[in-house]
Amino acid sequence: MASMTRRKAVNAVMMALSTGAAALGLFVLAVILIHLVAKGAGALNLAVFTQDTPAPMDAGGLRNAILGSLIMSAIAVTIGTPIGILAGTYMAEYGRFSKLTKVIRFVNDILLSAPSIVVGLFVYQLLVVTLGHFSALAGAVALAILVIPIVVRTTEDMLLLVPDQLREAGLAMGAPRWVVIRTIAYKAARAGMVTGVLLAIARISGETAPLLFTALSNNFFSLNLTQPMASLPITIFQFALSPYDNWQSLAWAGALLITVAVLALSIIARLVTSRKEKA
Amino acid sequence: MSVVTEFEAGPRAANPAARSDRVFGTLTFAAAVVVLLTLLGVFVSLAMGAWPAFQHFGASFLVTAKWNPVTDRFGALAPLYGTVVTSVIAMLIAVPVGLGIAIFLTETCPRILRRPLGIAIELLAGIPSIIYGIWGLFVFAPFMQSVVQPALIDTLGQVPLIGTLFSGAPYGIGMLTAGLILAIMVLPFIASLARDIFLTVPDMLRESAYGLGMTRWEVNRHIVIPHVRTALVGGIMLSLGRALGETMAVTFVIGNAHRISASILQPGTTISAAIANEFTEATTPLYTASLIALGLVLFILTFIVLAAAQFLLRRMKQKSGV
Repeated sequence: MASMTRRKAVNAVMMALSTGAAALGLFVLAVILIHLVAKGAGALNLAVFTQDTPAPMDAGGLRNAILGSLIMSAIAVTIGTPIGILAGTYMAEYGRFSKLTKVIRFVNDILLSAPSIVVGLFVYQLLVVTLGHFSALAGAVALAILVIPIVVRTTEDMLLLVPDQLREAGLAMGAPRWVVIRTIAYKAARAGMVTGVLLAIARISGETAPLLFTALSNNFFSLNLTQPMASLPITIFQFALSPYDNWQSLAWAGALLITVAVLALSIIARLVTSRKEKA
Repeated sequence: MSVVTEFEAGPRAANPAARSDRVFGTLTFAAAVVVLLTLLGVFVSLAMGAWPAFQHFGASFLVTAKWNPVTDRFGALAPLYGTVVTSVIAMLIAVPVGLGIAIFLTETCPRILRRPLGIAIELLAGIPSIIYGIWGLFVFAPFMQSVVQPALIDTLGQVPLIGTLFSGAPYGIGMLTAGLILAIMVLPFIASLARDIFLTVPDMLRESAYGLGMTRWEVNRHIVIPHVRTALVGGIMLSLGRALGETMAVTFVIGNAHRISASILQPGTTISAAIANEFTEATTPLYTASLIALGLVLFILTFIVLAAAQFLLRRMKQKSGV
């Protein structure tokens, strides 16, 4: 055994290094946020919300992109949430002890971290090649595929936390299983399930790669789901790489909007669960 | 248990309640199958889309560095190399720093700050990668070009053997910049994952070790880390899976050059960046098929890494009986 002073010295050095690592990490992340707020806030004004994406060197805003993101996210959540909740219900309730559940849990965890650009390629093959054109609907489906695994995971986890005594009490009163699941299990797990959906929305609102070759983009205002539609992340991508000052500053404004939205959603998701815990 | 198997045994629906139960049960089963089919569908559709490329180039697609849309010659080696190198750079930096943050949060950090800092890091892990990308392009790349890269070329670039790694002109963008951005992006993810894993170590173990007179570092080095080693490796693999497939953070700063340079300061490309940049501009069917083939390679690569990660993480769960 090394001498006490030596061990103390090693300890001091290593603890200082870990503190340094934390300081460095937080410093870099803080720098990113500060840049983002400084550059984004400077470019934010009312026109960002009321005007559509402009031509180079022209005045304009991000209205069509913001609306496109909202529409596609809404459709994605509408498609993904029921599938995710039902699949999670199967895993935690009807099929809790089946082999299939183990397989699905594995597959779901892979989908949870699978590269989103690959999901984009899949939907391109599935909906763009077969239908012959890019569409907002294809973009929404690509986003839905990202929503499903998150909702499946939280639904299963939350339902498994519901004590079996509650279910047994319901069954003992003669309620069929699906009534027990609906009125007892879902009710007990609601906060966690809502959190899952909110986190899923937060996740897809910044996703760029799956939209690149599904929804493509659109410089004009469009509500047609069968046509390409603009979205915030894609607009940021295109505008940031352009040489035009006004496009670049709109990209920063869009980046700030997305970050604020994602952070707000994550914080709300936390509040939903923490209030439940206190109650 | 009998209630659970009732649905699977499929008894005759004797009354309306049992019938509606069967309907709901089947519905949940169908949704579960959808999850399964999605993964299968990704594999099948990518394999079909990539088929023309593999048919035309054969297995040499994987080991050819040529990427020439004009002559319709494509090979995956350069993007594959870029994907691996940028991810390795990212992990080399993010893993030690992330573990350091986790140790700080579970040991040295004042108790009042632990929760807020932990929450802050978890929130940062959720920030979309395009934010890191745009910051990398406008702020970090110019900084690399004017400060870091010239310094590297003047110092490490002059050292024999490893000098070639840091040779060439400072472009700002390139493999090193992309790797660093990736490192910054996965850092909060690794840190919060490692912290959660460290917190599963029973207090009794730590207390016994302290009771024997170990220092904080010795407790972490000899008790905490060995106790959760499997899960930690799993968590690192999970982050590696993220880094390998990451698109937007990399695309902005990699330079999109289909070549393999000895120097990590030079522009390169990764699989995801190549797909993101070129897919909508692919002019020939073979070009599109080659890009989808790249996607398939990436998917298989991440699948293996993520499957290994899950295997390791699950072993911890079984051990701790969660």
